[in-house]
Amino acid sequence: MGEVNLTIHQAYLPADDPEAARRFYCDILGFELRGDVGKGALRWLTVGPPGQPGTSIVLTPPGVDPSISDEERRVIMDMMAKGTYGAINLATPSVDATFAQLEAAGVDIVQEPLDQPWGLRDCAVRDPAGNLVRIIQAP
Amino acid sequence: MANDDGARRAELARLRRVRDRIDRDYAQPLDVEALARGAHVSAGHLSRAFKAAYGESPYSYLMTRRIERAMTLLRRGDLSVTQVCFAVGYGSLGTFSTRFTELVGMPPSTFRELDAEALRGIPPCVTQRATKPVRNREAGTHPLL
Repeated sequence: MGEVNLTIHQAYLPADDPEAARRFYCDILGFELRGDVGKGALRWLTVGPPGQPGTSIVLTPPGVDPSISDEERRVIMDMMAKGTYGAINLATPSVDATFAQLEAAGVDIVQEPLDQPWGLRDCAVRDPAGNLVRIIQAP
Repeated sequence: MANDDGARRAELARLRRVRDRIDRDYAQPLDVEALARGAHVSAGHLSRAFKAAYGESPYSYLMTRRIERAMTLLRRGDLSVTQVCFAVGYGSLGTFSTRFTELVGMPPSTFRELDAEALRGIPPCVTQRATKPVRNREAGTHPLL
């Protein structure tokens, strides 16, 4: 197999409240808003960290693909509410300072900064849609 | 139907905050009454609803979280069983030892002696998966022994 040259361009995270998602990712985490398509609850927001235009997260209304059944949609949204559906790992050179900012902004905290037994220091919070956002101390 | 869904999800989101609080504050002297007060529901309601959503009671989830952390601290080898017991939120060595043995299948003192040897040379990401306590394996054999 030949050598491939790929970057991670976009990944999807479900967001059931686009305005709350925009506040969390742009106002609190400091991401850029790179795209905003649709209206009301059916909005797709493309966000990403300043200085890294090649990597974005698309915050996506959950379960809108017409191939998803009503029952499946109900399960997806219940799992989001109970916090067992989406997750993402971010990294920062200063996990403790980042945590302090997030806590001051009033986000839901899951884990304070901690040295994990596998050698990483990290903390964890929830985004407004219930996705687990783990923030790792960049090596 | 939409209202039923909305109410159920609001309840699930409340339960999620309770579970997150256990994950964050497990080393504090938490109990189900305190968790229920924080969520503005009765302890009985919280226990039933939490178990329906997550498959185990909030008490059981708290115990699992504490024991999971205790296993990590015992593995480091530089803390005594008593130090670990208090570090993960237990007020009594007897309770800690009983809960630990229920979940891990051996007393904390035995685990502390055996574990450093058993885990040597295994990549950390595998270690995390393989050593996480799992309720339905309660009191089974340690997965790496």
